[in-house]
Amino acid sequence: MMTDTSLSPLLASPRPNERVSRDLLRRGRWKPAEFVFWLIVAASFFFLPDRHLLLSEIAILGLFALSLDLIIGYAGVVSLGHGAFFGLGAYVAGLTSIHLTGEPLTGLVLAALAAGLLGLATGPLLLLRASDLTRLMVTLGVAMLVLEGANQAAWLTGGADGLTGVMIDPLLGRFEFDLFGTTGYAYCLIVTFAFFLIARRVVTSPYGLSLRAIRDNPLRARSMGIPVGRRILGLYAFSALIAGAAGALLTQTTMFVSLDVLAFHRSADVLLILVLGGVGYLYGGLLGAIGFKLLQDWFSAITPQYWMFWMGLVLLVVVLIGRENLNALPRTLLARFRKEGRT
Amino acid sequence: MKRRHMLMGAALGLSTAIAGVPALAQDGTFKIGLILPMTGPFASTGRQIEAAARLYMAQHGDEAGGQKIELILKDDAGVADTTKRLAQELIVRDKVGALAGFGLTPLAMATAPLSTRGQTPTVVMAAATSSITEQSPFIVRTSYTTPQVTSKIAEWAASEGMTKVVTVVSDYGPGIDAEKTFVSTFGNAGGEVTDTLRVPLQNPDFSPFLQKVADAQPDAIFVFVPSGVGAQFMKQYVERGLDKSGIKLLADGGITDDDILNGMGDPALAAITGFHYSAAHDSAKNDEFVQAFQEATNGMRPNFMAVGGYDGMHLIYAALEETGGEGGEAMMDAMKGMSWESPRGPVSIDPETRDIVQNVYLRRVERQDDQLWNIEFQTFEAVKDPGKTGS
Repeated sequence: MMTDTSLSPLLASPRPNERVSRDLLRRGRWKPAEFVFWLIVAASFFFLPDRHLLLSEIAILGLFALSLDLIIGYAGVVSLGHGAFFGLGAYVAGLTSIHLTGEPLTGLVLAALAAGLLGLATGPLLLLRASDLTRLMVTLGVAMLVLEGANQAAWLTGGADGLTGVMIDPLLGRFEFDLFGTTGYAYCLIVTFAFFLIARRVVTSPYGLSLRAIRDNPLRARSMGIPVGRRILGLYAFSALIAGAAGALLTQTTMFVSLDVLAFHRSADVLLILVLGGVGYLYGGLLGAIGFKLLQDWFSAITPQYWMFWMGLVLLVVVLIGRENLNALPRTLLARFRKEGRT
Repeated sequence: MKRRHMLMGAALGLSTAIAGVPALAQDGTFKIGLILPMTGPFASTGRQIEAAARLYMAQHGDEAGGQKIELILKDDAGVADTTKRLAQELIVRDKVGALAGFGLTPLAMATAPLSTRGQTPTVVMAAATSSITEQSPFIVRTSYTTPQVTSKIAEWAASEGMTKVVTVVSDYGPGIDAEKTFVSTFGNAGGEVTDTLRVPLQNPDFSPFLQKVADAQPDAIFVFVPSGVGAQFMKQYVERGLDKSGIKLLADGGITDDDILNGMGDPALAAITGFHYSAAHDSAKNDEFVQAFQEATNGMRPNFMAVGGYDGMHLIYAALEETGGEGGEAMMDAMKGMSWESPRGPVSIDPETRDIVQNVYLRRVERQDDQLWNIEFQTFEAVKDPGKTGS
């Protein structure tokens, strides 16, 4: 059928409907670079057996940043309080293991659902005054409320001492969470990849297209008949759900929860990572998390006192040279080399 | 040809780098993983302990029990899951023989299951919540516990004839620990705590609480706040004229932390504190320690964190001397009941609870040679942690 259209010059410009679906299909298709990325990720499991702990942390942070990318990159909603969902997920997973069952998948599902519900409940606050600054305030406020709530409910959460006694059963009843973090890393990778697939499917669907329309021009999207409020709310809850799952992964792999899962620095860090990796193409959070954590690990091994200084310096340089993010860095460099080659 | 050699070499190097890292942990080297908050709000804790640990190694050499000691410093920025990950990596990758540090209670709590699983002796050098040593049989503590100090302040207050006290604590784990200990000990000694006030931990404004205290007119107030906040509290206390109202100010020694005491100025003079260490402790051992510490750190005054780190290193060295590094369990057995002369005075490790047994001193802040010091005026000898002995 494709050959037909290309053969006949009269039919070269198909109707808009078809053009849209073809465009979506093209966007939904896997690019070679994506295969390479996930192959490298899978290879890291086999070739870096003694770094599984750090890699798990990266996978969790990457998933968390992915959830933030959904609302910032695809709905244009900025948030400084995404840590609330992450922390809620972490606590729900911890409490599930203590009071209900140590089975990890149950904890993961419950944690994700709880965070999703909180997203659904607090999402309408974002729609009341739809300006970026008020959204920052609202999300920050919600995060602070959740943090203080967890601090006050010391009988449930252990308060400032943290929640101890989290014991996670072997994964699928077979794979024990070992001291080397191998099971933990495999678990984090698979969950992260699964959520990535779902998120990718969502943003390349017509639904995702309507979200992009909202991000680019909410007024126009509304006049086209897109239910802006409902779309934003839906995506916000979905994003919260993923953040909750990331929190659950953290609890289950470390078997401990303390108040700092809800602390402001989590929300700020993940925003930084996302900006570093680039917004609006799903890989930004993952790449940002890899870059950020590896740099941090490297610098803090060299100089435990002053690594923050070097970290800040590198971030500045990356942003200045790469214009906006890590993803753009190789492209910019390549362009520069080509230019120099020509002159 | 040459190129092929290079390729082979590279492949060989890569494979050893990947597979052989754990195997590189040679015999005869004993690694100590020191995990501290070196950045973030609790960086001063890390600075003090690191300096003290390095000072101990500089003074006593890097060999103990026939093993070469290697110190690996890691920064956890005071975040519990980072602490846990670093501890796990230190056990698994670096094959450390002992873990040490732990600036805050949750950091130690998060690591406890690992100490048990890895059978790794874990020396808590700072965190002060009583229950930490109950989390794993491989945890031993060289700092202090909140109830250890607070109970003695309460006893002293009762023996001085005070009958009405109001407590003011920061609203977090250790603060509430302190409040409970004070209320029960003071009550048992025949006194009465007329009001228990809890101040938010973040950005506290003490004035409404101090007004309540002024209205209640107790004999004394008992205060427990984190050391940084202490300076702010003292300032507001003096500004309201409470130091001249006849209400005595009793506090955990963290409030007049030696590290920041000089910067607090005259308001600090109002405090009567109980604590396990003062840089002004009168002993030859302490004089030598303070002098060496200041020489090594450009004049920084050692505080209770530093002495916790110094004694923690001593404990590891002494246990190594005794066992020659025969595994974690043997080291723990050697540590139990061990006693030595610390800069803070005589100390020992309780064989039952693995917690430190030490003197608790009551001190007044005084100005000497144009500097402020915590001067000890009364000693309670060999105090155990009452949180566990049930007294």
